[in-house]
Amino acid sequence: MWRLGLGLLVACAVVEPVWAEYADVVLNRLSEANGMRPVIYPHWFHRIRFRCKVCHSELGFKMRVGSNEINMLKLMDGQYCGRCHNNDVAWGLDNCHRCHSGRKGMETGIRGGHKAGGPGYW
Amino acid sequence: MVNTNRAWWRLLLLFCAVMLAAAAVEAGDKRAWKPLEKDFLHDPQGTSIQDLQNPGEAMSSLPADGAGNLVDWVRALREGYIQPRTNVFPETKVNVLDLDLIYGNTGDQPFVRFPHKPHTEWLDCINCHDEIFKTQFNGSGIKMSLILEGKFCGQCHGAVAFPLTECKRCHSVAPESFKGKFGAQQPLPVTQNAAPANNKKK
Repeated sequence: MWRLGLGLLVACAVVEPVWAEYADVVLNRLSEANGMRPVIYPHWFHRIRFRCKVCHSELGFKMRVGSNEINMLKLMDGQYCGRCHNNDVAWGLDNCHRCHSGRKGMETGIRGGHKAGGPGYW
Repeated sequence: MVNTNRAWWRLLLLFCAVMLAAAAVEAGDKRAWKPLEKDFLHDPQGTSIQDLQNPGEAMSSLPADGAGNLVDWVRALREGYIQPRTNVFPETKVNVLDLDLIYGNTGDQPFVRFPHKPHTEWLDCINCHDEIFKTQFNGSGIKMSLILEGKFCGQCHGAVAFPLTECKRCHSVAPESFKGKFGAQQPLPVTQNAAPANNKKK
């Protein structure tokens, strides 16, 4: 019995709880390697204000997480997030920790508690 | 021994009664969203986490859904709960297409109705055509197994749009009541520059 208990404890420690909001995106291709927290991008927040087509068509975000080669220089040039996060449409890039707000050690990917499984494509 | 057993049963019954009463009191909008500092995603030690909006604050006033963000986003847009911008560049042409497609060959599931309208209210034509779906009806080789792998509809449904557990929202046309032709259900508006969706015209 104690083995079962121990097994369950280990499973709980290994399996990351998925209480993220549906479609929250973690971006950690460059962040942590450069001493910043991973970026959390909340789809729910942005879709209240912009339709999908604005970012995924006008701003050129490809729909697969991790397939966009984004870095801070591009954002400063007004590309990707930098098109709006410029202290004009939305708050500017000097608010580092509003985006770089994730727990350390998370991998790039799309999260969310109601996601229908799948083989980890998202 | 018998008495102890009975005591346990009484305790269990009491527990069930309390849970039922709690459920009854909670009737109405039962949606709940985790605050950011408790979502196991954000670092509670982050210095700007208090500047960010919590999901519950933003979404509790929007029409309810049982899956995804617990918000019916299509209704929220149609009924004016939200007014998301269609474009940031003034020269962008905003395309909306009202055209339903009906797909057969769905095994023992009902046929699928794909409505372009709610999709194009959010997305542009080029988000799906021609990279994910060919404009030719039945020309893309859509299969449920591939959708579950994140291809075709599964690129969004199961990731950001309502998840793949909601079978009946797409598989919504009863085969016995559908007498028409598969493919486009309305003539394509002449002003739209999308290609015809049904190439099986005779």
